[in-house]
Amino acid sequence: MSNIGSYDDRLKNFSWSIAEQELGYKPGDTINIGWYCTDRICQLGKADKTALIWEGRDEDNMRKYTFNDLRILSNTFGAFLRSLGVHDGDRVCLFMDKVPELYIGFLGILKIGAVAQPLFSAFGDESLYVRLENAGTKAIITTRKHASKVQKILDKLPNLEHIIVVDDEGKKALKEKEIAFSLDKATPVKHFDVCPTKAESHSLLHYTSGTTGQPKGVKHVHYSLISQYLTSKWVLDLLDDDIYWCTADPGWVTGTSYGIIGPWSLGITQCVKDSGFSAETWYRFIEKHKISMWYSAPTAIRSLMKAGDEVVKQFDLSSLRHLASVGEPLNAEAVIWSDKVIGKPFHDTYWQTETGSIMITNFPGMKIRPGSMGKAFPGLTSAILDADTYEPITAVNKPGLIAFRFDWPARLRTYWNNQETFDKKFKNGWYITGDRSTIDKDGYFWFIGRDDDVINTGGHLVSPFEVESALLEHEAVAESAVVAKPDEVNMEVVKAFVTLKPGFVASDELELEIMNFIRKKLSPLAMPQEIEYMDLLPKTRSGKIMRRVLHAKEWGEEIGDISTLEND
Amino acid sequence: MPDINEMKETILKYVINEYAEEDDDVNFDTPLISGGLVDSFSMVSLKRFLEVKYKISIPDERATPEAFNNVTKITNLVLEFL
Repeated sequence: MSNIGSYDDRLKNFSWSIAEQELGYKPGDTINIGWYCTDRICQLGKADKTALIWEGRDEDNMRKYTFNDLRILSNTFGAFLRSLGVHDGDRVCLFMDKVPELYIGFLGILKIGAVAQPLFSAFGDESLYVRLENAGTKAIITTRKHASKVQKILDKLPNLEHIIVVDDEGKKALKEKEIAFSLDKATPVKHFDVCPTKAESHSLLHYTSGTTGQPKGVKHVHYSLISQYLTSKWVLDLLDDDIYWCTADPGWVTGTSYGIIGPWSLGITQCVKDSGFSAETWYRFIEKHKISMWYSAPTAIRSLMKAGDEVVKQFDLSSLRHLASVGEPLNAEAVIWSDKVIGKPFHDTYWQTETGSIMITNFPGMKIRPGSMGKAFPGLTSAILDADTYEPITAVNKPGLIAFRFDWPARLRTYWNNQETFDKKFKNGWYITGDRSTIDKDGYFWFIGRDDDVINTGGHLVSPFEVESALLEHEAVAESAVVAKPDEVNMEVVKAFVTLKPGFVASDELELEIMNFIRKKLSPLAMPQEIEYMDLLPKTRSGKIMRRVLHAKEWGEEIGDISTLEND
Repeated sequence: MPDINEMKETILKYVINEYAEEDDDVNFDTPLISGGLVDSFSMVSLKRFLEVKYKISIPDERATPEAFNNVTKITNLVLEFL
């Protein structure tokens, strides 16, 4: 029997107070995610239970932490931040690979009531700059390897007071605003005054990309714990003796909601592997640590499929009990493949940075419909809306916009410094996700695609606007347009169309130079995987580039109405 | 046929310049993909470099994480298509 039991019964009797009661929380109480993930678990008698098994690139480089270790070390981190003058409400960025300090630092930030701002460590200096500048970040926690990117943009960030380097070995002199901090050397803080944050206290700032404008800071609060706890229990089906592996990086929302908060608020042991992808490495990791619950992404699953079935047979994966996937639609072939080759099907989960927790899923114990996103989580009011009227579509299998009534605990509270964009997310009282889908006669959602130009590559959203703007900063590029291109593994990848300035000649060498320019400036995700040189870009008569014409070309779709096209 | 050692040095130099961060210690056998130094997205730019530099075309099905996992393997792959 799965944790959720009967989905239909849960629908009838649902209230978020189920989670509140299990967590011992009453409305109006103090609620601090950092405390719930550490101190509370210790109080429940699990202080000596393993919380984190961390493995580096070299599999012999392994560290283990109990929940009591996490409690004391996050206290220690919090005390250090307070000693620097970091207070509740201050934004503190985490910018590093998946090292233990990332997870412990995250909890320490929350314990002092400050706001954790995790950023993907592969971001280039421009991507880093716009997010730190927008957030007015006061301190950044990083490693020596990534500190140089911060130094490059330091002059433009007057609010940034501290660059905390967690692995400084004292070999080189510290640079401007840098301060070394080692958890191994710091005096452990066994007793700590955790900030008495309330339900609506700001906890987390995750950045996500939109079609236009700069990335948006998604504001989450400590009450998000209620959704994250219950969805971890009912959807990921986490049990007390599970060994859990979430492959997501905490630079993205899955890595915090389900790579930190959900499992640790349940007192679950989780594993982290800080390395790149290789099928053998991943299977070996599952075998070695006897992973029982595995939460991964379609891109990774398709890469495993590509690596072949034979490699799976070299490893004992019998510990696996439940598998789930997130980030982009999970194709039916991947579900069928994993059931056949690994012996368990992946359960698709659908949600967004903005929703903070899983919204639609194939629940454990419920028959999976391969290719379907599943059904809405109990307590949610969901609908498919007509794109013109924003009224719910009652007909089955008719495409529309996925929308929810805005009333679940983990919902975003606003976009940081961008209330106007936040307000635009609502129509007729519905929160509009920006994704399109159908619902079949049994209530299963079937994903169709985005309702805007945002590119979903490997489960990460990339703004075409951000890439186009960065392309224009290359000396050879006169104009640019960026669209999604279909990709077997990543679902979509970035493709750029450019015109060149006089004096520059199209060549393979220039294409490579521009690709690397974007990779370093923004991130590897944002790097165009292909650049097509054009004499002219398709534009309206008012001069606006018609991305949809280029998109249709890439996807082999009908171009549609081009009556406004200037240069047809 | 180019000198193999020279080719390995050229590829290693490119990897260090383009993908390594401060303090990364990279040699011919350092795991690039499984080690997290070059991710799957960046691998596309590395493949493009090899194709431009050596005027070859590497089929996508041969550009696997395993084949790109260190400089020695990459060099062997390039040699197949010269």
